[in-house]
Amino acid sequence: MSDITQSNAPGQHYPPGEHPDLPPPPGTVGAIGWLRNNLFSSIPNTILTLLAIYFLVVSIPPVLDWVYFEADFEGASRTDCTSAGACWALIDVRLKQYLFGLYPSDELWRVYVAGLVLALAVLPVLFDKIPFRKILLVNTLLLPITGFYLLSGTGSGPDAWLTTVETPQWGGLLLTLVIGVTGIVASLPIGVALALGRRSNMPVVRAMCVTFIEFVRGVPLITILFMSSVMVPLFLPEGVNFDKLLRCLIGVSLFSAAYMAEVIRGGLQAIPKGQYEAASAMGLSFWKMMYLIILPQALRIVIPGIVNTFIGLFKDTSLVLIIGLFDLLGIAKTVITDANWIGLSHESYAFVAVIYWVFCFGMSRYSIWLEAKLHTGHKR
Amino acid sequence: MSDAVQRVSTPGVSDEVAIQIIGMHKWYGQFHVLKDINLTVRRGERIVVCGPSGSGKSTMIRCINRLEEHQQGQIIVDDIELTGNLKNIDAIRREVGMCFQHFNLFPHLTVLENCTLAPIWVRKVPKAQAEEIAMEFLNKVRIPEQAAKYPGQLSGGQQQRVAIARSLCMSPRIMLFDEPTSALDPEMIAEVLEVMVNLAETGMTMICVTHEMGFARKVADRVIFMDGGEIIEQNEPEEFFNNPQSERTQQFLSQILAH
Repeated sequence: MSDITQSNAPGQHYPPGEHPDLPPPPGTVGAIGWLRNNLFSSIPNTILTLLAIYFLVVSIPPVLDWVYFEADFEGASRTDCTSAGACWALIDVRLKQYLFGLYPSDELWRVYVAGLVLALAVLPVLFDKIPFRKILLVNTLLLPITGFYLLSGTGSGPDAWLTTVETPQWGGLLLTLVIGVTGIVASLPIGVALALGRRSNMPVVRAMCVTFIEFVRGVPLITILFMSSVMVPLFLPEGVNFDKLLRCLIGVSLFSAAYMAEVIRGGLQAIPKGQYEAASAMGLSFWKMMYLIILPQALRIVIPGIVNTFIGLFKDTSLVLIIGLFDLLGIAKTVITDANWIGLSHESYAFVAVIYWVFCFGMSRYSIWLEAKLHTGHKR
Repeated sequence: MSDAVQRVSTPGVSDEVAIQIIGMHKWYGQFHVLKDINLTVRRGERIVVCGPSGSGKSTMIRCINRLEEHQQGQIIVDDIELTGNLKNIDAIRREVGMCFQHFNLFPHLTVLENCTLAPIWVRKVPKAQAEEIAMEFLNKVRIPEQAAKYPGQLSGGQQQRVAIARSLCMSPRIMLFDEPTSALDPEMIAEVLEVMVNLAETGMTMICVTHEMGFARKVADRVIFMDGGEIIEQNEPEEFFNNPQSERTQQFLSQILAH
């Protein structure tokens, strides 16, 4: 016992029970301590650190040169780009197409308003402590209606309040967001329903959910999009026109709902039986038990999986190009076929990559923040 | 020690029957877990059920609020018979509170929310009133200062006391305890037992599956010994401990009282 006391307090002795808290030895905490522990803790680690520094020194300057120092930012065609770096003039000139596709310029204010409405609709869903949350939630609930009429219009002809803009004219980031947001919003509740159905005691419900999930998960999204755009019209009666974008939205939503269902089922299975028993013993009905006790915990556990599915869905929206819708990536491809800008694929793809990344990274950070916020100190 | 609880028999009340189990059988698949259980619990009666693990004691009390389904016989709680009828099950569950070995608090809700959830959503009590009632019971189990915390931040003993308060918030007429102290350290067992003794003194009808023989001696009106899915023996605590009838009971008691 006395050995331990001595080794803890070199050169100093305290009577038992009166040992004060001492500061840690120098060099084990703070910046130097961190460097020593993390970057130079052993010879292999030191070699790796030096290699990494070398790699960064060699690779970063050329990238910065291309992106900024030797790049051209203005011009009317690629012949105006004379320096060695990127030709961002392309983005400058074609920005509207990247963002909105072929949406008529005169009506673009509707897209801006819709964007604002969307932003206001998202806020109260993401954060529970913002002011006027109830009013904003009403806006959120109305979003499918307001968004639809704002973007697609109320009718054609001079009398119409908002002129119709056909969905083939929608494109770029606008289209990506329409598909992404709709898919995200629709797939979560459908996924919950499918997950509950798959765990149901009722054989018919269970069989239907299992069949749906396994079928949809078993085929590529492209197949589903093709079927929705090429095959569905074959089965519809003559003269019935079913908007291609709408079919695509349904296809994307159902596709990601199947994945979502399996993610959520994982969460449901992680909830101990005791939670069901305690809820039942207190007299909660099945739906109240699910809503109040099981789903809040199950969904919290699988937040990383849910957001993972969302991110996958958001990027999968680029597959709609295959059925002739020009989303952000589709526009990036199309723009560089213009004779003025031909061959500028680096710039075009880099630009849309940054946009995708910003949205996906945002979702990722939000999920981390939400996990931390919902963590209530229980270990599982 | 032996007679800390004043047993008042109010005429007409103590005779009233709270729970009646008649010829109840239960199987898990082919396995016959409960065999011909017959038990009548008077209102206000405190029963301790003991027996080796796997003897069916937990299963029996879990049948009383239908966490387990019985296949034969009758269970009548508060004059309501437990059948497949969901209304009956709900009615019985509203009257019967239960505490579990592993507490089963809801980890995503605060202590207070754990206590007010069922009153608000099942009994439709207004939120403010439910919180008032919850604080009253948290006071009774002596942890009102933990109301805003989450279960994960409490010790096992505190969690079990919250679980008891949570059940009491539904103002049940019957309380079931399924090995409430088995998952606890010795010092925490004492604090939970104390709360249970206090509860017993209020005249609550209680069925406790427990191995706490001190508790049984102190508060039980009747001790039931189960083995192999059957009720082997039942008696008043004094008689049960001092003069066990069956060989199996004697063996069991000698094992658990030996240390």
